[in-house]
Amino acid sequence: MKRNKTVRNDILLICAVALAVTAAMLLWRALRAEGGSAVVYVDGREYISCPLDSDARVTVPGAGGGFNVLVIRGGEAYISEADCPNRICVKHRPVKYAGQTITCLPHRVTVVIESARGGGTDVDAG
Amino acid sequence: MRTKARRAALGGLFTAAALILSFIETLLPPVTAAAPGIKLGLANTVVIFVLYRYGAKFAAAVSGARVLISGLLFGAAALPYSAAGAALSLCAMALMKKSRQFSAVGVSLAGALSHNAGQILAAMLLLGRNQLYGYFLPLAAAGAVTGVFIGILSSLLLRFVPGGGEEKKEKDAPAGKPGTGE
Repeated sequence: MKRNKTVRNDILLICAVALAVTAAMLLWRALRAEGGSAVVYVDGREYISCPLDSDARVTVPGAGGGFNVLVIRGGEAYISEADCPNRICVKHRPVKYAGQTITCLPHRVTVVIESARGGGTDVDAG
Repeated sequence: MRTKARRAALGGLFTAAALILSFIETLLPPVTAAAPGIKLGLANTVVIFVLYRYGAKFAAAVSGARVLISGLLFGAAALPYSAAGAALSLCAMALMKKSRQFSAVGVSLAGALSHNAGQILAAMLLLGRNQLYGYFLPLAAAGAVTGVFIGILSSLLLRFVPGGGEEKKEKDAPAGKPGTGE
């Protein structure tokens, strides 16, 4: 009987998590807006801000050496090349909606899509 | 745990098993391009197994050793993130198990989600950006799926792999009985 109770709780927990994740995703999809620019942060400091409406190719120096190449093409931003160990940033699909990010943890490089009116997507973003 | 030597040998054994599983995982292709950091978390089967059979302290030791050694082997850049993830995950799993309301599947699910949360929190602190929460959603979605999968795997492991019971009883008999029934 103990076993049945834990299994029931497991199923409830799984359903709750599935529901919460689905709801959050639907909400995000409903509220998302195309961003105005891709802002690159290196070690927490802003390195460059690239408008998404003009194609560009920027080589970003990583915090501890190394590089990430940011490409803006067709209103989307992605990392085309990097010499970090795991290359997760390169494998990340292109981003274009406000609030989306691509992060390279080894180089401490973060690309954040910010909304068209200059400010971030956060209420408290400076 | 009966003797120090036995403890050390078992700890080494479980840490090695967890390390091998993490390494095998790096050989698998990425699951999705939406969030390429997603991993199955196979090493967590070992941590859950140890948590159930030998208690939270021993699981923390194995998990900590795994994080440190994989940092040394595969690059220290990811170390703070995995350490934060592993620590939060272990706390969550120990609490979930202690509540006795969930089986290993629920424990594993909580472990996976809190691991993701820990990593994101560490990244937000270290990178000084608060916008990384956008990355949490795809990670959490994947974590829910992998967490359940790993949980089922761990339940099977706990059901079919014998051993560890007697140390457990000796150490914390009242809280004791593992979920293997009988």
